[in-house]
Amino acid sequence: MSNELLFDLKNIEKRFVRGRESISIFDGLNITIKKGTFVSIMGPSGSGKTTLLNMLGGVDRPTSGEILFEGQAIQNLGEGELAKWRARHVGFIFQFYNLMPMLNAEKNVELPLLLKNLSKAQRNKSVETALKLVGLSDRARHLPKELSGGQQQRVAIARAIVSDPDLLLCDEPTGDLDRTTATEILETLQLLNKEFGKTIVMVTHDPVAASFANVSLHLDKGQFIEQQSSEAVA
Amino acid sequence: MNNFTLVRKNLTRNKLRLFLNCFAIFIAFLLFGALGAIKNAFDAGVELSADDRLVTVNKINFTQPLPLAYVNKIRTLEGVKDVTWANWFGGYYQEPKNQLMTFAVDPESYFEVYDDVVVDEQELENWKKDRQGILIGERIANARGWKVGDRIPVSSNIFSKHDGSSTWDFNISGIVRPENPQTDTSYTLIHYKYFMETQIWGGDWIGWIPLTTQNPELNEEVSRAVDKMFANSPAETETSTEAQFSKAFVEQMGDIGFIIMSVVMAAFFTILLIVGNSMWQSIKERTSEIAVLKTLGFTAEKVFAMVLAESFLLAALGGILGLGGAWLSIKAITPMTQSILPALVLGHQVFISGLMFIAILGFVTGIVPAWQAMKLNTIEALSRR
Repeated sequence: MSNELLFDLKNIEKRFVRGRESISIFDGLNITIKKGTFVSIMGPSGSGKTTLLNMLGGVDRPTSGEILFEGQAIQNLGEGELAKWRARHVGFIFQFYNLMPMLNAEKNVELPLLLKNLSKAQRNKSVETALKLVGLSDRARHLPKELSGGQQQRVAIARAIVSDPDLLLCDEPTGDLDRTTATEILETLQLLNKEFGKTIVMVTHDPVAASFANVSLHLDKGQFIEQQSSEAVA
Repeated sequence: MNNFTLVRKNLTRNKLRLFLNCFAIFIAFLLFGALGAIKNAFDAGVELSADDRLVTVNKINFTQPLPLAYVNKIRTLEGVKDVTWANWFGGYYQEPKNQLMTFAVDPESYFEVYDDVVVDEQELENWKKDRQGILIGERIANARGWKVGDRIPVSSNIFSKHDGSSTWDFNISGIVRPENPQTDTSYTLIHYKYFMETQIWGGDWIGWIPLTTQNPELNEEVSRAVDKMFANSPAETETSTEAQFSKAFVEQMGDIGFIIMSVVMAAFFTILLIVGNSMWQSIKERTSEIAVLKTLGFTAEKVFAMVLAESFLLAALGGILGLGGAWLSIKAITPMTQSILPALVLGHQVFISGLMFIAILGFVTGIVPAWQAMKLNTIEALSRR
């Protein structure tokens, strides 16, 4: 774990308008995340976990406040710039894997590399490495429907890491898996954090999953009410 | 894998839908190509008509004869360049179903007026010297495998010879070749004089008088002068440009162009609705995948381009197959339609128009789904599951 800050969120406000009603999700949220941390965020439904994750990933924007990524404010970047920023810095892992059903495992993993100027050989090498890392080299030519849930999630992890991003954002990555498979996935994430220095932010309902992180945060009504480590979060 | 692979994989993910869409587009472009070729075949005479060529026919009807003497009278008119004459023979080869469009013409003046076709100098000389000589259009020579020196029987379904037979034997003296490949050469030319001497009715009447003017600007003036010259005579004339004459001839059967274009447009409109709806449905089913692509870093513009490309690819696939099918169909029926539609070919013009319509179809059916994909709210789409 490094002492360098990856994220610095200052005075974040997020409001939704539903009909005539304005719903506040965050009202002055502050959080910092250091590089190389594995952060889990727990909390009840509607507490703002996924909204926070989306804002960290540049998919959503705060109503006000500042999101600094390595010192650069990202909340005001244009859509195209944000898309490029995501492609360069962020890997997403979803609860339901979200693989492209018509592409086999290696082509799914290759997807983010289409956004980079790489030769076919370079792309193939990166895909091979990523699949090897998640232990799925022998399933490279299989379509998602031919893989188990755990295998599909490992393909999704390979897709998230293939372009070597700094940050992995995981939205309930084990929510659709049995305990054994979930443990395998969490161990893989832990490996990526410890061995490859990836910063991971994981939203989960599962305390067991949260225990794999080195920082656990509890979010309720838009505020962090508990933190088990102060190393990564100030 | 590249972006095109992704587009192709998206297009082919639902094979049944792809087949049905492709088939619908295929039928539309098959119709477009085939009917377009037929329309062009009807229009060929009009489009390829020489600007300075006029045709004088009997005012009652072009099937009524004119006196041969009119030819020399027309030659004296100011603005007239060359004049010739022709007679309908009504020919066929061996059986009436093998129509052979045959004209009895004046060998000396015919090619002065019809200078858009060429005959080898030696072959032309041979034909002029041989009263039983016949010139064969290149298209007929190719279709029937006839060559110079062959002797062929040509029968008439109108005229008979003095011996009661209605079959004339001719020696092929030469081949009439077009300067423009689209110019019709599916006809044969025989000597007017020999024909008139050997058929039982004899006489010195003719079917029509083709002539050229010294300048296309003089067409109207010359037309009026010709018709005025023979006004109140037993055989009054009607003179028009060759293009007008051809158009009037075609329009006897109705407005072919309008009928064909109506059919094609109806087919296109239907296909537009079917394919457009199908594309929209296909994109709607993929909202979460599109959201994932955007999350991975695909820009909205890239997503837009990919959906539009998918639509273009679908239109191109069905459309090019359809045009190919039309080309094969036209090629297959050409030998059977030589006598009715000699210029029946799927030409470049129809093919290029077809490609333009493919592009339009791809754009129109893809633009709305592509726009929706571009504007898709990633967060909403991801939370729909």
